[in-house]
Amino acid sequence: MTAMAQRIDQLWPELMVLTGAVICALIGLSRQRSMRAAVPIVAMVTLAAAVLIEWMRPNSGSESGLLFPSLGHYVKIAIGILGIGLAAIGAGHMDRKFEAQIALGRVSFDPLRVVRGEYHAFFLFSIAGVMLVCGASDLIWLFLALELVSLPTYIMVALGRSNRAAQEAGIKYFFLGALATAIFLYGFALLYGATGSLDLIVIRDWLSVQSALGGLSSMAVLGLLLSTLGICFKITAVPMHFYAPDVYEGASTPVTAFLSIVPKFAGMCALIMLLGTVGWNGHSITASDGVRIAYSGLPQPVTAVLWMVAVLTMTLGNLGGILQKSIKRTLAYSSISHSGYMLIGVLAGPGAGFDALFFYLFAYGLMNCAAFSALASVERRGNDVDSFDDISGLRAKQPLAAGVLAISAGSLLGLPPFLGFFAKAYLFMAALEAGHVGLVVIACVNSAISAFYYLRFVLVPLVAPPSARADELAASNSAFPRIAAAVCGALLLLLSAFVTQMLGAASRASSGYTPVAVGDSAQDSVQSARAPAGGDANQVVVDSSTRHP
Amino acid sequence: MLIWTSLLAPLAAAVAIAFAPKYAAKWIALVGTLASAAVTIVLALEFPDWISGKFWPSEPGPIWMEELGISLSVGYDSVSLLLALLTVFLMPLCILGSFSAINERVREYYGYFMLLHASMLLAFAAKDAILFYVGYEFTLVPMLLLIAIWGGAERRPAAIKFFLYTFFASLFMLAAILYVAWERRVEFGAWSFDIDLLISFSSSRLPQSIQFWVFAALIAGFAVKIPLFPVHTWLPLAHDQAPTAGSVILAGTLLKLGTYGAYRLAIPLVPAGGVELINVCAVLCIIAILYAALICWVQHDAKKLVAYSSVSHLGVCMLGLFALNPIGAEGAVFMMISHGLSTGAIFLCIGMVYERYHTKDMDLLGGLSRRMPVWSFFMVFFTLASLGLPGLNGFVGEFLCLMGTFIAEHDAPTGYMGVLGPGYAVVAALGLIFAAMYLLIMLGKLVWGPLREPPHGHGGHSDGRSALPTDLNLREIITLAPIAIVCLWMGLQPKPILEAVSPSVERVLADYPALVERMYADHSQPVVVAPAVVAPAETQP
Repeated sequence: MTAMAQRIDQLWPELMVLTGAVICALIGLSRQRSMRAAVPIVAMVTLAAAVLIEWMRPNSGSESGLLFPSLGHYVKIAIGILGIGLAAIGAGHMDRKFEAQIALGRVSFDPLRVVRGEYHAFFLFSIAGVMLVCGASDLIWLFLALELVSLPTYIMVALGRSNRAAQEAGIKYFFLGALATAIFLYGFALLYGATGSLDLIVIRDWLSVQSALGGLSSMAVLGLLLSTLGICFKITAVPMHFYAPDVYEGASTPVTAFLSIVPKFAGMCALIMLLGTVGWNGHSITASDGVRIAYSGLPQPVTAVLWMVAVLTMTLGNLGGILQKSIKRTLAYSSISHSGYMLIGVLAGPGAGFDALFFYLFAYGLMNCAAFSALASVERRGNDVDSFDDISGLRAKQPLAAGVLAISAGSLLGLPPFLGFFAKAYLFMAALEAGHVGLVVIACVNSAISAFYYLRFVLVPLVAPPSARADELAASNSAFPRIAAAVCGALLLLLSAFVTQMLGAASRASSGYTPVAVGDSAQDSVQSARAPAGGDANQVVVDSSTRHP
Repeated sequence: MLIWTSLLAPLAAAVAIAFAPKYAAKWIALVGTLASAAVTIVLALEFPDWISGKFWPSEPGPIWMEELGISLSVGYDSVSLLLALLTVFLMPLCILGSFSAINERVREYYGYFMLLHASMLLAFAAKDAILFYVGYEFTLVPMLLLIAIWGGAERRPAAIKFFLYTFFASLFMLAAILYVAWERRVEFGAWSFDIDLLISFSSSRLPQSIQFWVFAALIAGFAVKIPLFPVHTWLPLAHDQAPTAGSVILAGTLLKLGTYGAYRLAIPLVPAGGVELINVCAVLCIIAILYAALICWVQHDAKKLVAYSSVSHLGVCMLGLFALNPIGAEGAVFMMISHGLSTGAIFLCIGMVYERYHTKDMDLLGGLSRRMPVWSFFMVFFTLASLGLPGLNGFVGEFLCLMGTFIAEHDAPTGYMGVLGPGYAVVAALGLIFAAMYLLIMLGKLVWGPLREPPHGHGGHSDGRSALPTDLNLREIITLAPIAIVCLWMGLQPKPILEAVSPSVERVLADYPALVERMYADHSQPVVVAPAVVAPAETQP
């Protein structure tokens, strides 16, 4: 098989999803009501098919020529499964008022007024974008894939709801997203300038040469930092997090669920692919007295920035969450703080750190799916529920939604025996292994702070008496959100028994990654570069404060 | 596996309750707790190692999460088995005591109780630190809901305060456990959370400065649950607002999770840190004993009074444990059990009055012995047990704790005795005098004196909830009588329990004698050396 054919062979899941997107766009405009109702089902079926294709792949998806050859396999399956949940949350949500009027015979079908087809097509495009991110071999591909994730989401925000808040959120999201894109594109350009290549593996080789020759060039470091900053937008990390509460609040519930999971998945994958070019296993800086100090982990400027970003992200996210009255804004802040926790896994690096990160990503996706599907399974006068007042005493009307909301909050909080506890505990263990004791302590304190607002998700629906607003609650028109809520809630409990298997899958995701150049010309140049440095080897001091088991 | 059966029986009951009709919920809950109790009693009768101090079964359980080194190891030693017995003993009585008190959201109520039962047993049975944490932490959820749904007028703030305090503190405990396990991983290359393995590693390998911080974090975690002095403020509120059965379980066994955690984890895991911090902890205990006792004195609300007396009594219990000698620690374990019984029973008694009069304000009630002689008998009995009347259970524990503290002088001529001393014991003993005062004042107001009843009188509530007879009915007597019998038996025959506890205590304290002697030897050396150096200099001129 030629190289191109081999690449295309890896893309069957993506092709499946894109086919689904085309079908959705077409049948969404059908005059027959049953056809239009089938749109979310088509989306779910194609996602399930994509997951199956990837699951059955004989060589377990390992792809040569990539920095992370096995990443795609895990991510495609994980995002596919989460995508099914997200599609279920959105089923019956788009066009619900218009469809209700058609059903009553008040208006006739007008293809200009329906968005269900487009919505699900963009939904699938975005998920295909996440799948493509992991297959990126060079910066251009990575950039295009990231944009394929983002562009549909701008439209989805504006489509999902026909009110001004949604339009405002869409515009806000678009302009800030464009700014972030410009920033990380600038970073990519600097990386190209520093290494002369767009290919991630070649960049990795050149950076390891630079590193061995006495440190990364400042252009490379700046490029890495700028791309990281741009990706912070996708993962809603400080300082690019400001849009999240407004956009999450403005968008309709299924879109908010989508935003809290899918771009984050893509952003985290892109982040480790970019940082993978410099690796986690040893750099050195030259101190003022000319002594070279070697240390493990990412290059020091990147470590310092990521450390600060992680701490600020979790702290500001959790503090912000306490002050909110809107459920979606609270969940927006919660998703910000979880990005902070995940960055701990990025800092911890290959091995336990990545295992914990990928496990956490999936667990986080499942928890958010559960929370949002519980919210989507109720509506108030045909609108999304949004303030805590709306769900006060929810258990009396919708015990399932109330219970699942409580379970997902417990899991997000990290309460045993839910899945979130084990994800968080493993993340902390990985951070300890990499020597980040301080981060673990800060994250523990943050978990405690987050209890303030997660407790609301337990007490308001389960304990508080029904409010006047809550009297107008009704079950949503589609059964899919309820099914999704039941399944996700059950999985949060049951999957705790399968943590070992899930961690095994997560650890295969980063297998095959080597942080330094191996076996080609770059390796030789690294060797030759190291030879003269051997003369002053006794000057290399290993920093004993970074413990490495 | 009998232990797993005793854990799963209440869970099965919880599932059954979810699908059962409303009227059957309480009976299913009763059967579930009784089944769990029966299994635990069979376990206790077959328990081979009452006097060996070892865990049974001693082999580790199946691996749960390989990468994380978490195993499903459960097993009892004599102390944890006694506490598990206490749990399964109190639980059916709580269910029985709730029969007439709970009339709304019945199925949820008994369902949460079953979850609480299972998670408490898991915490006592766990031999794996993470498994212990899972049980310890999950108790918060059902208790939170029990307080927040069926509590008094200020139930939600009380429930939130309860949850936040304990959750925040237990994260420190989790961080400490993870840290020790990580240090062990650095040494051995694999994660493990087996408590025995962690103890054998950390007590000998960790440097003293690290042990100091680990002990501080662990004690900070458990101090909130026990509760010790500056962090006790959630407890009176939670007790005051919780439904009766919730209070009984809170005082009876949930607080014991804190003392048990200190006994099982903090003390043996990092002895070098313990030795350094024990004096601070002891001072906190003494403050708790006296301060809480003084607060009791001015209470008008009977339930709050008993809640503060819990703080005071558990201060005595922890003081005995911190004396770091076998007598004190045996007394502490004995007191954990006896406090659970007598305080739990007092809460039941107060709950019975509350069901009849809808108040627990001691200014509105009085002279109830005229109306309720049977109730008065039990109330006086359990209050006397609580204040330490010789012949009842409370006396043995308090006496041993104080004696352990008294003799625990580090420079005693008879060799190692502990680290506290007569000074601590004398001050702490004042607390017992206060206890006699406030508890007798409570009895004087409630039981004796002229009859006082609230204005609406007996059963006068418009919703007709209180269809109970004036004095206790048979169900209520059946609820209280077993506790009274056990209290009397423990007071007259403490020896079997103390003998059973003693080997476990010795294992827990095994590292301390050498450490204490070394520490005081180090400290006293400069004192010895200094005069020898100075003396010649002084003689010169």
